[in-house]
Amino acid sequence: MTAEPHHHDLPVAARVRRLEERVIAAGLASDGELDETLARFYARATPVNGARLVARAWTDPRFRERLLADGSAAAAELGFGPQVSSYQLRVVANSAQRHNVIVCTLCSCYPVALLGPSPSWYKSLAYRSRTVREPRAVLSEFGLVVPEEVDIAVWDSTAETRYLVLPVRPDGTDGLAGDELAAMVTRDGLIGTARV
Amino acid sequence: MTLRPGTRVRTSSADPDHHTRLPRYLRGQIGEIVYAGREWPLPDDVARGVSAPRAETVYTVRFAAARLWGTGRHTVLADLWESYLERADSEDGSEAGSEADGEAGSEDHGEDDGPQEER
Repeated sequence: MTAEPHHHDLPVAARVRRLEERVIAAGLASDGELDETLARFYARATPVNGARLVARAWTDPRFRERLLADGSAAAAELGFGPQVSSYQLRVVANSAQRHNVIVCTLCSCYPVALLGPSPSWYKSLAYRSRTVREPRAVLSEFGLVVPEEVDIAVWDSTAETRYLVLPVRPDGTDGLAGDELAAMVTRDGLIGTARV
Repeated sequence: MTLRPGTRVRTSSADPDHHTRLPRYLRGQIGEIVYAGREWPLPDDVARGVSAPRAETVYTVRFAAARLWGTGRHTVLADLWESYLERADSEDGSEAGSEADGEAGSEDHGEDDGPQEER
């Protein structure tokens, strides 16, 4: 992916600053309250959360079934209900036959509470436009070579329906406990741009 | 209108002045319903400040890359509000049928994805 301008230089950052100024000027919230709300949200928004869902699914086949059937309800089981309440969470499972990858062509929607703040490349025009068109090439630039015989499914998200990829459990991890398994799962694995 | 998984649909080709959540690259395309999700307010109404926005079922629709781009073996899946969709076979079933015949591998996708996505 090509280098992106720094986030603070983007037009959207200026729009957010203007919006914050208007909210503060209207007396709806103070600067401190806005900062505190964001800090509180981001302190709990981390890919460790998504990794916990994955590790549980790897070790509990019935949880895996529930996770794939209704991601929102399964996330609530692990205590993430409030964080994912404003959208429908859907979890898509990788397999030997299929690799999944998430994109949001219209903006940058993504389950922040479970994956942490989205990386700048996820918001880049290059990632958003190319992933739906040539996912195999994009993934290879991330160092992930998907064999020709494996189908690729690209999930174009909206604000209301957000996705998390359930990676394939790596070989040789039979003896590991849930925490150890969760530690293997990366943010990029949950997006689908890495194997785990 | 309830669209069941497996239903072939055509997306709207309209070019609205207002905000919409039908991405431009998916306009006027043939796809297949794989999942009927929750009902959500129609973003087109919400963005225009309509006081009682329509609530519609949002469907996951699968598109073949080869049909979208003329190349590629992958599939693209997008979540689309019901009013963006119409049944593909209601207007020209013959075209939908011939496209299905000409698309190698589409049946394989269906079998792979079906059990998981309908659960």
